[in-house]
Amino acid sequence: MSEPADPSTRPGSVVLEVRDLVKHYGDATVLAGVDLAVAEHQVVTLIGASGSGKSTLLRCVDLLEEVDDGQILLDGVDVSDPRADTAAAQRRMAIVFQGYNLFPHMTAAQNVALAPRVVHGVPAGGAEERARELLERVGLGAFAGAYPDRLSGGQQQRVAIARALAVRPRLLLLDEITAALDPELVGEVLAIVKELAEGGMTILMSTHEMGFARQVSDRVCFLDGGRVLESGPPEQVLGDPVQERTKRFLARVVAADRPI
Amino acid sequence: MVGVGRVGTRTEVTDRLAPSPLALERAAFRRSRARRSTLIAVVSTLVFAAVLVLGVTGSPGWPRVRATFFDPATAWESLPAVLAGLWLNVRVLVAAEIGILVLGLALAVLRTLRGPVFFPVRALAIGYVDLFRGIPLIIALYLIGFGVPGLRLQGVPTDAAVLGTVTLILVYSAYVSEVFRAGIESVHPSQRMAARSLGLTHRQSMRLVVLPQAVRRVLPPLLNDFVALQKDVGLISVLGAVDAVRAAQIAQANSFNFTPYVVAALLFVLLAVPTGRIADALSARAARRQGAV
Repeated sequence: MSEPADPSTRPGSVVLEVRDLVKHYGDATVLAGVDLAVAEHQVVTLIGASGSGKSTLLRCVDLLEEVDDGQILLDGVDVSDPRADTAAAQRRMAIVFQGYNLFPHMTAAQNVALAPRVVHGVPAGGAEERARELLERVGLGAFAGAYPDRLSGGQQQRVAIARALAVRPRLLLLDEITAALDPELVGEVLAIVKELAEGGMTILMSTHEMGFARQVSDRVCFLDGGRVLESGPPEQVLGDPVQERTKRFLARVVAADRPI
Repeated sequence: MVGVGRVGTRTEVTDRLAPSPLALERAAFRRSRARRSTLIAVVSTLVFAAVLVLGVTGSPGWPRVRATFFDPATAWESLPAVLAGLWLNVRVLVAAEIGILVLGLALAVLRTLRGPVFFPVRALAIGYVDLFRGIPLIIALYLIGFGVPGLRLQGVPTDAAVLGTVTLILVYSAYVSEVFRAGIESVHPSQRMAARSLGLTHRQSMRLVVLPQAVRRVLPPLLNDFVALQKDVGLISVLGAVDAVRAAQIAQANSFNFTPYVVAALLFVLLAVPTGRIADALSARAARRQGAV
């Protein structure tokens, strides 16, 4: 990873720590005690089969779901505590969803400028200007005035990334952001994430793109049965996994013709 | 079906292929069938109109009915009074519609509040909608139009038009709140989740994300309710307000001729036609903006 841009922040300080996190949906246990840590400027990637709890974990971290047990610490503060200021914690994180979830009645620029304007108190002019800069950065400068339904899936997802970046998140969460895209559109989205990772953004993401995970991740966590079954550097987890289930999962991914 | 598709796609090609004998034969068949359908439609319309006109004008009582309901002289005489009455209807309509939209939207939003704290508010909103959607408008008009002045409270309006407007707001806002609520619920939960993940409060995500989408979606049914209101404003006449219907009634009482009612009815229809076209245009525009067209 690149050197931290701001020398006042200690390198390697832990941004996110998840301790023994449990989440039930009715009788189903989706997360059965997840432990996880993301240090500053680190990219941590969650892999695992569908239903292994990746999305649920990301949503719990973003405080969009109430957790049943365990703790989520953001910069050392337990934000999963019901007494904690949820909104304040959410303002320091941003999430990009698999289904983009752009606001269809707003242009790309309005989508990006909304949160800075109404949540972070940036004046409308400044927010709009920054929105255009961010759209420029994701290669969509020409589409600032376009409504989401006029954009391709890849373009919509790039707008969603710009929208997440607009709040200058301390932690960026990416929930299978290429899973809904046509194969030829995946590259344009992953290129942006790679750039962000190289720029020192702290990222926790889930993906099925193993080649990409290997390229950008500092750590890969294999989720299985609601637990982190195996974690470590990408070369180890993806190249030489210890656990039998990890091996089987990776073999299935390879069999499904996904480059590793 | 295949032939239709081919014709459809070919219209875009500039350098089109010469049609094959097969295509020419099919096109000729389609043309002849279209001609036959048009002919049948024209003939049946003419026959129906003739039967209707002959049936009505040939009826034994027609001369009497024509003199009582369709007398041009009476119509012309009553027109100024009925028009003046209609102006009151229009003012009541505008005032009531504004009140209905505000109250209806407020009720719908109150019903979306979650959590046990808001139970009384939700229950109140539900009770309100049940009550005013169930009560016949004319009875509500009597209760409020005659009951409220009967209380002899200081500062409470006693004007029939004002009380009629209030009643219309109370009754119609119950319907309109359900329309708004359906619109709010049609916005996918992922939209609210996205808003919340960006740090927007419940109020902000409602105002900036959910409601703009909801209102756009329910515009056609809202305008439908508006057309219904346009004619129901005529009911304030039962309270004695001199609107178009009341003016027609007065004219009728003077002339013993019912033509003024027909005049009032025609004016109400003329009022409703533009609203219907505006509704069509607005829903077409909404569809275009959502990319559905």
